[in-house]
Amino acid sequence: MNTFWSRLYSWADERVKLGGLVEYMGKKYVPVNRHSIWYYFGGVSLFLFIIQVVTGILLLLYYKSGELLAFESIQFIMAKVRFGWLIRSLHSWTANLFVLTAMIHMFSVFFGKAYRKPREITWITGMVMFFLALGFGFSGYLLPWNELAFFATKVGTDIAGAVPIVGKPMMVFLRGGEDVTGATLSRFFGFHVALLPGIFTVFLGIHLLLVQRQGMSEPLSHGDSPDTERKTMPFFPNFLLRDMLFWLMVLNLLAILAVFFPWELGKKADAFASAPAGIKPEWYFLFMFQTLKYIPGKILFIDGEVLGILVFGLAGFLWLMVPFWDRKSSRGETNRLINYVGIFVVFYMIILTIVGWIV
Amino acid sequence: MTSEVGPNGEQETRRGFLRYLLGGGLVASLAAVLYPIMAYLKPPQQAEVEVTSVKAGKVSAMEKESGIIVRFGNKPVILVRNAAGEFRAFSATCTHLDCTVQFRKDMGLIWCACHNGRYDLNGRNVAGPPPRPLDEYRVIIQGEDISISKKA
Repeated sequence: MNTFWSRLYSWADERVKLGGLVEYMGKKYVPVNRHSIWYYFGGVSLFLFIIQVVTGILLLLYYKSGELLAFESIQFIMAKVRFGWLIRSLHSWTANLFVLTAMIHMFSVFFGKAYRKPREITWITGMVMFFLALGFGFSGYLLPWNELAFFATKVGTDIAGAVPIVGKPMMVFLRGGEDVTGATLSRFFGFHVALLPGIFTVFLGIHLLLVQRQGMSEPLSHGDSPDTERKTMPFFPNFLLRDMLFWLMVLNLLAILAVFFPWELGKKADAFASAPAGIKPEWYFLFMFQTLKYIPGKILFIDGEVLGILVFGLAGFLWLMVPFWDRKSSRGETNRLINYVGIFVVFYMIILTIVGWIV
Repeated sequence: MTSEVGPNGEQETRRGFLRYLLGGGLVASLAAVLYPIMAYLKPPQQAEVEVTSVKAGKVSAMEKESGIIVRFGNKPVILVRNAAGEFRAFSATCTHLDCTVQFRKDMGLIWCACHNGRYDLNGRNVAGPPPRPLDEYRVIIQGEDISISKKA
């Protein structure tokens, strides 16, 4: 058996020169410090993404798009297809956990100032993937064509429509018309299973390549200690095994969630029914949703919602661009402002999410 | 070409001309690819049947202090009957973010579940985020039949 694998390896090595790659992997070290735990959240996000690809492809085997078939095909998957309920529940739960782990990953990078030079591109690609993940969540939410999804999509696309100048054409583009109809479902289906995965994969490739090339960032406070005093751990196999142990734990958590808290399907969407009481978007949009509830209809001469969108848009843009305006961290100095901004954002999101959940 | 003499000068103008031609050709090819794509993305206008009036049911079928959603072409319209027994009809599309409103007997209001927007029974936005009143429709009662039509 051993000879078979070694012969296979040398067969490949002769042709594509694996030696250099193996040597590179063997020399890869991961820093060990009291913030090391945060290093695992990027990896686990990758793991959850892979689960999404696999369960997504499985769902594609039975899912039918279109307003006449979508809801019924999900019913069919959940009721008739063997383990269909599990696959669908896993896909929904994993989507939520993915956004959560990506968020934790993002905040740990933010507070660790790991975005500072030379990792600006890693941060930007990561943020783009995060926005794409929200796009995945939003477009995937509509695909079962249920009541909640229908109104969530109406509201979400209407918000896009309120953006000055480009908003209206963008809304029509997203909806495939003036209203949310079967045309919207077709488009969202295309975005969800083709457009977004394609773009995401490109950014993921760049992101992972940069992480391999540059190694893990260390907290600023560790920069002073000489190389000999820095503790490290080999990536292969020490870190990878720990990574995989965490993945296994998350897989178990997912199994528990999917089995004991199966994802509901709700009622089929009806364009001529009122929005049901207690309607809420997915939790990761909840803080923005709750903010929109508090902004009055008109502030001076601007529509409240337009103001809300502009403020969130600007905040998102500043967040994305943080490596370029946080000059201090790039020079290796402490920047307390970043911590205050981060703490404010975390608390704002947590408090408004809780309020949105309860009210 | 200019009257520039010498092999170099002539070459420069020729090179410039070729560069211009190549650049222009590239831009034109790009436009020829992008224009159909952009045009394709924009959904075509569907010919809608112009609806001016719909039947909304019988007077006796609606209790006082109640409301129903009526299909008006491809738009939802809310028909409400107030405590005095009068009928009113409004666009059921919330002026805030496009959700469909409902009649709430306990509040005596038209309410939107999405962002807690409230309108009184004259369609006026009285609380929450809606920026404008609901568009009003005309209700015509002929004997027992209720019909709704667009306000002129």
